[in-house]
Amino acid sequence: MASFSTTATIIDSGPPDYGTRLRRARLGLLVALTPVLMLFVSFTSAYVVRQGLPTLDPRTATLVRDWIPVTLPKLLLINTGVLVLSSLFMELARRQVRGEAARESADSIPGVSLGGENKIPWLAMTLVLGVIFLFGQWMAWRQLAASGFYVATTPSSSFVYLLTGTHAVHLLGGVLALCSAGVASLLGLSLTRRSIVVDVTAWYWHFMAGLWVYILCLLEFAS
Amino acid sequence: MAGGTGGGETITMSTHESAVQAAHAHAGPQGFIRKWVFSLDHKVIGLQYYFLALVAVFVGMFLSLLMRIHLVWPTVALPLLGDIRPETYLTLVTMHGTIMVFFVLTTAPQGGFGNYFLPIQIGAPDMAFPVLNMLSFWTTFAGFIVMIAAFFVAGGAPLHGWTGYAPLSAVQSTGPGEGLGADLWIISIAIFCIGALMGALNFITTTLDMRAKGMTMMRMPLTVWAWFVTAILGLLAFGVLLSAGILLLMDRNLGTSFYVPLITVNGQLTGHKGGSPLLWQHLFWFFGHPEVYIAILPAMGLASQLLSVFSRKPIFGYKAMVYAILGIGFLGFMVWGHHMFMSGMSPYTAFAFSIMTMGIGVPSAIKTFNWLGTIWGGRIRFDSPMLFAIGFVSLFVSGGISGPFLAQPVLDIQLHDTYFVPGHFHLIMGVASIFGIFAATYYWFPKMFGRMMNESMARWHFWFSFIGTYAIFMPMHYLGMAGMPRRYSQMTEVAYLHNLIPLQKFITYAAFITIAGQLIFLVNLFWSMFKGKKAVDNPWEATTLEWTTATPPPHDNFGGHTPVVHNGPYEYGVPGAPRDYVMQSDPGIEPAH
Repeated sequence: MASFSTTATIIDSGPPDYGTRLRRARLGLLVALTPVLMLFVSFTSAYVVRQGLPTLDPRTATLVRDWIPVTLPKLLLINTGVLVLSSLFMELARRQVRGEAARESADSIPGVSLGGENKIPWLAMTLVLGVIFLFGQWMAWRQLAASGFYVATTPSSSFVYLLTGTHAVHLLGGVLALCSAGVASLLGLSLTRRSIVVDVTAWYWHFMAGLWVYILCLLEFAS
Repeated sequence: MAGGTGGGETITMSTHESAVQAAHAHAGPQGFIRKWVFSLDHKVIGLQYYFLALVAVFVGMFLSLLMRIHLVWPTVALPLLGDIRPETYLTLVTMHGTIMVFFVLTTAPQGGFGNYFLPIQIGAPDMAFPVLNMLSFWTTFAGFIVMIAAFFVAGGAPLHGWTGYAPLSAVQSTGPGEGLGADLWIISIAIFCIGALMGALNFITTTLDMRAKGMTMMRMPLTVWAWFVTAILGLLAFGVLLSAGILLLMDRNLGTSFYVPLITVNGQLTGHKGGSPLLWQHLFWFFGHPEVYIAILPAMGLASQLLSVFSRKPIFGYKAMVYAILGIGFLGFMVWGHHMFMSGMSPYTAFAFSIMTMGIGVPSAIKTFNWLGTIWGGRIRFDSPMLFAIGFVSLFVSGGISGPFLAQPVLDIQLHDTYFVPGHFHLIMGVASIFGIFAATYYWFPKMFGRMMNESMARWHFWFSFIGTYAIFMPMHYLGMAGMPRRYSQMTEVAYLHNLIPLQKFITYAAFITIAGQLIFLVNLFWSMFKGKKAVDNPWEATTLEWTTATPPPHDNFGGHTPVVHNGPYEYGVPGAPRDYVMQSDPGIEPAH
């Protein structure tokens, strides 16, 4: 006859190792990107619906279209280049900090050395390009306003401000994350923690770059 | 993925860092602020959510009482409000609905109990991102404060209903409360969305990545499944509501025309043109219908848990229950259009939404059948959590039966703007979910506070609530079928409704008595915290992991250890077992000697 044991098995739980923390952070980021995606899917849906809506002209009592396509400032193309380049730098920064973390572990083993480190400040360069991009977006807004397109001028200009502004707010989050990684580096805080922040921010940054290209295509080709 | 320790790029941490983290892992913070206010402990955060919802539910109930009084005695001046004008009545409707849906039905089952028990039930020491968890609560709290602030600004709180239909909600001059009050309402909901998204992120990551060894997905308690799927729904739905809210704020404050067509308000052109009120409805209900399941799914999971525990039988059809939860979650995103049959929708589109809505009855029926199968032939213990679980099933079925009526466009057009609809959704979404909250409170109170709640008071509370709920909401169905419109503030002088006023009075009396019954709960809750009988670690002889740890659980849930799971969550009446239940962490059957 079978018998039952009611003595529970337990194992000691230590803090999660680097790999677990990295995987968890990446999973968290993947989950976090879902509502961001839903936000822009909703805006896209609204964009398509609003574009096809007629409005009543009270003078003629007929239905007319009020969607006036906005000529996008050429500056947006330069900004796109800046952001794509920053994404490339971000990837190099991610690999750099990962290498530093690996080197730190290897250096603690007697007789093992992985050689010199890469001194190029990719992270700082990404940060600078990110700020340039945001400044460029602000300048593009000013150009739009100078050409007579304000936020409420026409539904298409409303969407230009809405989409570029919402994207900029999200990218600003990435800039702040980079700043925190930079400050952590300057203060000499935990390398593993910093490498996780940089890794996750890098994936976020790439997502933001891709999202911006999508937004630009939507505004340029679907208007 | 669960229980793993390495990713693709494993780098060893320094010994010093490991040691520091290990020391921090098991020691809870000592100061009052860190321990109880800005706590990172998921249990404290769960309690914070719970008490926030408790405050909110009493605010919401108070508003509903004012509405009920005004409906039957329209000339009586109300406390705090004085004489009630129609627009004030609409303000009460708006704020009651908003507070109840967001800050009670979404907050307590998921933020409260989910936060407290999901990590423990899967054997984790905390949520995946404790800081984010804390921020999630305080963001929600800020949202609540902003919502309440709407009462106190010039013009008062908004009157556009909890659904915020444009253009009423999109133009500031449409009524008192549609100025700053409406802005605060939208901002509050936007803040709430952000808090809910942070919470959902934590729930999903924790469930996928922090399960104890042996806790496979198909060994998770159905409560965990319900919280997990609810989090996915929230993740997909709240982003859409946030986007809708941003567009609404822009229409109101920046002069855009996303939702507002060319209209006049009080004879004046508003300056908007070309927008679509239906765009708001589509975006809102894409969130709004999943929100129904965000409110009800945790209660479904809990009912499954309790019916098994208190019948001393395994849940009937565990896998079917899991697939039903997933099915309900999936179909929940396909049916939003049934809230818009009145909008002039194409009959073909309405037909598609109608069929999908009927389809959601299939997983719902599977769940109901399995609940009945679970208690059938069981040795039922009628303790207070079980009473409320049975009450939940009763309300879910009673409210659900009127669902297929409203799912048919031809009937919905007749019934949509009548009391039939409040009767339906209060039973199935509102009170059923509240019964889930009560059941959870009575069930988990011993684990949370180390004491038992008073059973006599709990039973009185149950019967007041159960009978009272039916007395309030069943007659609303008859009012609706008789043609009494909802949202109107004064109907006592309308000739064709005259014969229905006694029924309205009956509902108001029932509401008074039922709300008075909730005071029993309140007294029991706080009295039992300090004076209740001391609880043992597993007072209900249940099998899931929260009952294997100390009462109340230590800071990291299992005192520096992680349990290993060997069994499913509903092992009751196992042949050969020394007790009539086998804990999830028991090694189980050993070879015969």
